[in-house]
Amino acid sequence: MTLPIKPKAYKSEIKPVWCPGCGHFSVLSALTKALAYLQIPKHKIGFISGIGCSSRIPAYVNSYGFHGIHGRGLAMASGLKAARPDLHVIVAGGDGDGFSIGGNHFIHACRRNMDMLYIVMDNQVYGMTKGQASPTTDPDWVNKLTPHGSQLRPFEPLGIALASGASFIARGFSGDPSAMSKLLVEAMEHPGFSFVQVLSPCKTFRPEQVQWKQQVHTAFAESTDDPILAAQRIHGDDGMGTGIVYQNQLPVWSLPHDTHEDTDIDAIEAEFLL
Amino acid sequence: MSISSFSIAITGAGGSGAVTTGLILLESMAHYGFYGLLNRSSGPQIRGGESAVFIRFDDQEVLSVNNHFDYLLALDWFNIERFIDEIPLGQSSVVIYDSNAGAIPEVLQKSQAQFMPIDFKTLVKTIHKGRANMIGLGLLANTISLPFASIETSLNKILGRKGAEVINTSAQAIRLGMTTQQEAVSWPVRSLATHIEANKARWSITGNEACGLGALKAGVRFVAAYPITPATEILEWLSPRLEKLGGGLLQAEDELASINMIIGASFGGVASLTATSGPGLSLMLEGIGLAIASETPVVVVNVSRGGPSTGIPTKSEQSDLNIALYGCHGDAPHLVLAPLNIADAVNTTFWATGLAEQLQTVAIVLCDQFIGQSRAIIDQVVVPQWETSRVTEKKEHPQNDYQRYKITENAVSPMSIPGTPNCLFTADGLEHNSKGTPSSMSQDHIEQLKKRQDKLLKFDYGTQWAKISGSGTMVLITWGSSSAMVQEAAHTLKQDIKVIALRLLMPLPVEALVKELRNSKKVFVIEQNQGQQLFHYLHSYQSLPVDAHSFARSGPLPLRPAEIVAFIKEQL
Ligand SMILES: Cc1ncc(C[n+]2csc(CCOP(=O)(O)OP(=O)(O)O)c2C)c(N)n1
Ligand code: SF4
Repeated sequence: MTLPIKPKAYKSEIKPVWCPGCGHFSVLSALTKALAYLQIPKHKIGFISGIGCSSRIPAYVNSYGFHGIHGRGLAMASGLKAARPDLHVIVAGGDGDGFSIGGNHFIHACRRNMDMLYIVMDNQVYGMTKGQASPTTDPDWVNKLTPHGSQLRPFEPLGIALASGASFIARGFSGDPSAMSKLLVEAMEHPGFSFVQVLSPCKTFRPEQVQWKQQVHTAFAESTDDPILAAQRIHGDDGMGTGIVYQNQLPVWSLPHDTHEDTDIDAIEAEFLL
Repeated sequence: MSISSFSIAITGAGGSGAVTTGLILLESMAHYGFYGLLNRSSGPQIRGGESAVFIRFDDQEVLSVNNHFDYLLALDWFNIERFIDEIPLGQSSVVIYDSNAGAIPEVLQKSQAQFMPIDFKTLVKTIHKGRANMIGLGLLANTISLPFASIETSLNKILGRKGAEVINTSAQAIRLGMTTQQEAVSWPVRSLATHIEANKARWSITGNEACGLGALKAGVRFVAAYPITPATEILEWLSPRLEKLGGGLLQAEDELASINMIIGASFGGVASLTATSGPGLSLMLEGIGLAIASETPVVVVNVSRGGPSTGIPTKSEQSDLNIALYGCHGDAPHLVLAPLNIADAVNTTFWATGLAEQLQTVAIVLCDQFIGQSRAIIDQVVVPQWETSRVTEKKEHPQNDYQRYKITENAVSPMSIPGTPNCLFTADGLEHNSKGTPSSMSQDHIEQLKKRQDKLLKFDYGTQWAKISGSGTMVLITWGSSSAMVQEAAHTLKQDIKVIALRLLMPLPVEALVKELRNSKKVFVIEQNQGQQLFHYLHSYQSLPVDAHSFARSGPLPLRPAEIVAFIKEQL
């Protein structure tokens, strides 16, 4: 298939700040491929993020972007989508950004089920602040800040997304960009909140994650619309299984734009007259 | 004796109908031709607790509280001590109370008011389903010789939802109250002044509604917010009306979300606003800094209440000035404006929205509970033809040379709105170069900091930066809701006094202010907070003479004109 807008055209001229070998590079490639596959006009994309290595991604894509503040990407994207339903809204960030400081917005964005794509590049570490435990880090991972490990059970993003009302839940791996690209296409085509957790290794602070290549496995070849089955899948998985865990048609929230009566401001002002 | 200005307080336990009585009285007086200002107060209960309404009537627009109340209608004595500080009584004050409610509370015995017991219990029994508050309303109406015809219309308007039976019973009770007072003649009946140009259009509006209206008129079509007292009514008023105008309101999960949501919507090209109070403003600060740095216009209406922390949610204080001015980290120039009263809230919010859009920055509108939750009868507000539009980039840049943060003559750079082809950019809170690319280079930082400052300083704010009245060598400087009381104090002093009520607090129009103070001999800075926040702020710009006086006291009681007068006299 020849595409009028090539994947490369979605890549901006700005050079990523990422370390060589960082998993986030592949996420960028997979995303531009998916955008090209769908031929989404660049000027119709609103790409929003928070703060973190991963959150740098909007500037690397040729689109309208907003690199906001730590943890608030989903909130900003919800406002943008509400005001501009015609735009394709994409949100991206890290596991710290999305599940720790932005955890409340994650829950409510799932619940609102607005039509947008949310990619979390999960490397189980805070990369940008140089290697602290994130909500998805294993309890015994030792680092300077928590020398005994966090001693906390990891946060379960897919389970929380399911419980909170997200209508498309998937996991991908940055080491398999073509599968991820397909996943992102399906996520963008899905009407509603599409959450994709991408296992995206941090070469610098979690070098042991090179082993993910061996550990990742296709677990959910077929999606399900049964939340109970989806919950069983999530709990039965080792956190390394990829595919669409759950997809369902659920009510999508938007501002009730089309229901407005023909009122003008003068009529509103007249309400105050004695 | 004919009266043209007086104040009435009505108090009662939860369910006694004190507030409804006040609202009916306000509307009735409006129909008769008077202006009025109604503030309310309530106990700590969420709903159904004791409450009080304070109404001042006048034959001219009145937006200040009086020094004392002429009448207190106490439907019972329930928790009256909670309100008594708010109801100063004088020698000529009349307290109408239920003779069955027990002894006059100690806190009231000290007052020199005349006490008029009424046997509400017996009176109520004569009307099937009758209520004491309506009898009380009748008593008051007769006392001031308000004709029943004026009450009838407002009765229908306010109690309409409750059905014909309630309206009839209420009308009966009001009539009974009116005749009872006639028979009792135990306190003086006065006659209302008649006047008023009948064809002058007048409004019944609250300050919160006024803020909402100003925003709508200036083009706000998206609101995201989290409920908080005393700002919630702005949101409740806006929600259905935004929808009617093709916009909408999104209830956010918290204030961290609401500020970021409106930044997102504004980035999308839609003028956007949020409303909150102190605790919410505190949570929004990081987002406000982002909007400033990324040059995304948003309006934040802060309806301030007693602080710090959760403070006094239901009562007023002008103590959020510091956070509005200085809350952000970094050098973060933005706009801070304050409406002077309910009528002015329409114009100031309109102006703030227009400025935010034109200057691509944050405008904080510092309102407060006193303005926000009070209802007034005012002349219809006509908004001046101020500019409200954002400069957008419509030209395509196929060479990819669009510079979102280009340094221009007036330091405002045309903003490209998503959907515009070949004009892409990524907005950023990270320091950036003129294209928006993140940069930590000193030259970019210095240039962009200057740009964000310059655009505010180079702008011509016209004469509306303050409402200046009178002239003289004595100058009273004030802001926000205290302005009305300061104005009245100046009037009472009957001297040549200039009053400067600041509407634009940031950027401070230093030059204009200094010019206004040039011939001053005595300067007073008057505000309702403990920390002398405005006084210190003005001093920090060396805009005040060194011997300027500060009159600052905390809320929640409104500054009363007499108290301001007394302070000024002490210094003379
Ligand atoms: C309010 C706030 N607190 C803390 C930070 C510092 N900070 C920047 S990025 C980050 C964590 C990033 O981790 P993650 O979201 O997992 O992304 P990654 O860098 O690993 O891609 C932190 C704590 C900040 N920028 N803002
Ligand atoms: S620190 Fe880790 S996450 Fe950040 S760019 Fe480097 S490899 Fe990637």
